[in-house]
Parts: sequence; C-alpha cells; structure tokens
Amino acid sequence: MKRKETARVISQERISGDICSLVLSVTFAGDVSAGQFVSLFPHGKEKLLPRPISVCAADAAAGTIWLVYRVAGKGTKEFSQLIRGDEVEVMGPLGHGFPLEEARGKRVLLIGGGIGIPPLLFCAKALKGSADVTAAAGYRSDSTYLLEELEALCDVLVSTDDGSMGVHGTVLDAVRADGRKADLIFACGPRVMLRAVKEYAAEHGIRAYVSMEERMACGVGVCLGCVCTTTAEDAHSHVHNARVCTEGPVFAAEEVDLS
Amino acid sequence: MTERKKQETDPAKRAVLKKEEINTEVVIAGVRLKNPVITASGTFGCGREYAEFLDLGKLGAITTKGIAAVPWEGNRTPRVAETASGMLNAIGLENPGVDVFLERDLPFLKNAGCGVIVNVCGHEPSDYYRVVEKLNGVEGIDLLEINISCPNVKAGGLSLGTDPKTVEEVTRGCKERASQGVIMKLTPNVTDIREIARACEAGGADAVSLINTLTGMKIDIEKQTFVLANRTGGLSGPAIKPVAVRMVYEVSGAVSVPVIGMGGISSAEDAVEFLLAGASAVSVGMANFINPYVTLEIAEGIRDYCARHGISKVTELTGRVKGR
Repeated sequence: MKRKETARVISQERISGDICSLVLSVTFAGDVSAGQFVSLFPHGKEKLLPRPISVCAADAAAGTIWLVYRVAGKGTKEFSQLIRGDEVEVMGPLGHGFPLEEARGKRVLLIGGGIGIPPLLFCAKALKGSADVTAAAGYRSDSTYLLEELEALCDVLVSTDDGSMGVHGTVLDAVRADGRKADLIFACGPRVMLRAVKEYAAEHGIRAYVSMEERMACGVGVCLGCVCTTTAEDAHSHVHNARVCTEGPVFAAEEVDLS
Repeated sequence: MTERKKQETDPAKRAVLKKEEINTEVVIAGVRLKNPVITASGTFGCGREYAEFLDLGKLGAITTKGIAAVPWEGNRTPRVAETASGMLNAIGLENPGVDVFLERDLPFLKNAGCGVIVNVCGHEPSDYYRVVEKLNGVEGIDLLEINISCPNVKAGGLSLGTDPKTVEEVTRGCKERASQGVIMKLTPNVTDIREIARACEAGGADAVSLINTLTGMKIDIEKQTFVLANRTGGLSGPAIKPVAVRMVYEVSGAVSVPVIGMGGISSAEDAVEFLLAGASAVSVGMANFINPYVTLEIAEGIRDYCARHGISKVTELTGRVKGR
C-alpha cells in the first residue's frame, strides 16, 4: 500500500563528492523491495514536484529506509541539507522492483553505473544466501561509494571512467574482461549503459532486467509523464508505452526500447 | 458583461455556523455533486491510482483523463518539466481510446461513489463526435467535458478551441449526440476568453470549465536544447492561479451557464477564491501530484470557510466577490 507521510531524518552524510546518504524513519519500511523507489518532496512554494529516489536498503525492524542519491539540482540540493531530526515529506513504496524470486538458486550479475548502484546493493543484500551473486560497479573515478558494502555481500568487479581504479572503461568492459557466466542480470544506470547491458545479455543468451529512468511528475501512474517505449502493446494505454513509475522502473530488457 | 449579483448581507456580520449545518452540494447541468471539488482531467487517471490514498466517494466528481476515439500514443519524452511554482507538460493526450475506457475503466468509476465526468478529446470535430456517440446514454457517466484545446489541422494548426465558430459547431455537435450534460473546457491561450465561452453557450453547452494550461516553454541552457521533446508544453500549478481567477471572473460575467474553475488550486483558500470569482465548482489538478489527499482537504476546508463566515450553502459563495 502506497502512502504519503512526514518522515523523520535519522542521519545524513555526504559519502563521496556529490553523493549523499540519507536514512529516514518511515511507516512503510517493511513493504519496500529492491528496485522500488520513493518520492521525496521539496519544501516550500517554488519547487513542488516530488523527486524519485531509489531505495538502497530498507530495515523493517528499525522502520527505516536508506537512500543514496546524487545532488543534481535544486531539489536534491535541498535534501542534502537535511539533518538528523528534520522532517521531510515522502511517498512510497513506488513502482515495481527486481524479480528476486526469479533469481533464487541462479548465478546473478548485478550491473550498476553511477547512481544506479544503490538499488543493486539492496538486491545483493536481498539475494544473499539464495543466489550466487556478482556485482559490477562503474564509477567516474576512485571516489567510490557503497563499494565496501557491496564487497561485504558478494564478489565485485569495478570499473572507472578515468582508470584510477579497477578496469579503465565502462562497467560492461569490466564484465567482459571478467567473463564469468551468469543466468540472470539486474541492471541500473544510465540509458547508454542499459543499452550495452541489453546487447550483452542478448549476445550471451542471459535474461536481463533493467531499471529505467525518466522525468516524472506524479510518481503514481496518473500523469503519463514518465513513459518509456515498449516493444509490445502496453496494457494501460494500449499503445507502446509503459509508465516507468508504475509498470517499472524495472522491466525485462527485451520489453523496452533502449535504442 | 451581464450585471453581477448584488450582495445583500455583510458576511462579517453573520453568525458562525456549525460545520454540519453547511450544505456543500452543487448542481452542474442537472447533476448533483456532494461537494464542489472535482479532479482535473489528466491529473487523476481514471481514479484507480489515487483510490489507494483516499476514499473517492468523498469527492464531488472525478474527471477522467482525455478519452479519444482510438488509442493515442502521446508525445515523446521528456514530457514534463518543473517550473517556478508549477510545471510544464506535453503528454500529448496518451490514452487507450474509448472502447478500452468503457470496458475497463468505467466499471471501476461507477463504483467510486462520486460524480463521473468523462473528458473527451479529438483532433477533428468528427473525432469528438465518434467518442460522444459511444458515451451517449451509457449508464454511470454523469457529464461529458469536451477538451477543445488540442491542436487541430483543420483550423490551420491552431487549437480548435481558439476559433469561436468552430467552438460553437463542436459544442452543438456534441450536444446533439449526448444524453449527458456537456461541459466545454476552454483554453486560456486566446485574446478574449469570453468570446469563446459565449460561443459555447450559443452552441448549447450546459457548463464551461476553465482554464486549461497556458502554453509555455523551457530551455536547458547548458545543453542549449528544449527541455520538453515537444518544445512547448502546458503550464499548470500555482503559478497560473491569478490568470485563472481573472478568467473565471470574466467568463462567469459573460455567460449564464455554470463555470467550473481550475488552474493552480492547491488549498481550500484557493478554491474559495475561484468560487467567489464566479465558479460553481472547482477542479484540482497538479496539486494531486504534490499531495494525493489534497482534494478531500479542500472539500473540508471549503466547508470550514462557510461555517466561519456564516454561509449555510456552498452555492452562496459563487460570484460573491464585491467591488471595492
């Protein structure tokens, strides 16, 4: 059940460059699964629309969710200034996450680029003990984040754009260089990365799920602002569009057009 | 402009009433709504998504997403952009078409317990008529709202709703085909909105609703590109409210059919402003995205306002504003 509520900030810290880590106390922590997101609302009268932010971890017992996000504009800049004890309006859980059931007993490759890494940490945690998980994480430079957390859960392949750490190149370069076999891929990152993941998965006959990003307004499926192009006719509008916020953000790679 | 109603009593001198004493009902084209709060087309789907958040039965009415004769794909993305106290959208009226609507969405709406207004869109007058013919006489549809703000090839690429003659023709065409009351939804992107409203009235409209979005544009100066794939989009949200209030005031003075006011309403105070300006009911749009519970809060707040001002019926608020 989705809800909108006032959340309390448990902690916030800047973990690397423009990347922030925010822990919120919410009533719906136990309902959030890996790959889902929440809407965070700026305060005030000028910026009104919610910002979709993927969930990095949820602790049902503590009633908290952990968000790791990049400060990219005015809204996220405002969130970055929240401190322990502050209140912020949040709505969630939103969207459909990764199909964790399908991963049971399989060799799973988690591929994350940049700010696409946080939901994959959630996956790694959720799959620990039930799947053979490897993560591939692509960063701009050796200013990494969430790397230690990933390494505590699974094997991790690292790439950097500037070659300062791991494979010099894209995260797919790291995956290819490693060459290990997989039955299933979960990916989140920029569109160009998702396109490469889709190609790689098709080449190797691996089923892949990708988490899509699009500008959103309502976050709950009414405004149709965030659609992506689908290969088959969609069930909602009976055209070739799916709502990233509702049917997504996670789609089977072959379902969506990434060209 | 016709002469405005005279105010006989000073609201400040009236006794405060209890909330339970307030009659919140309004009647639009013969349809009784339990309160004057309606959801604006395109901001509430067909109700299902927000049913998770609130009891739809407490709304005055739901206006559906625009429904066309056949499925529409809409525009490319990005379709939305944030602006100061508002947003631009260029969705392009993506919708599954009237057949899917009738089969899938209407049964849900019928059970919602509130008024049902179906928003009708098209390119050509004949497109509208095809939809209206399918909705004609269908049980569970209380009113039709005809969105005459879509770009139209026939009228030279202009929105069909900017030409009074075409507006009158489409209004009459819809009226002739519909058993339900017809609301014409007006675009504000005209020189004199009263002229369009009068054309609607001449064509037999039962009510008019306004305003639709104001055409705008946003440019990403770093990428030196348009933010919206469609280049232009419709501006909505609190930023447009003063324009909308002015137009509601103008139109309610120019026609005798009821006016449904909308444009940036996000609180009961905003809604009351529209009612005082001449609206008989109000629609809430973008504010649903910010607070899914806002419509019910507005309905409650209007009642509080009436109680505080000793006004026993919400309908008494309509056009109550006085000159200074």
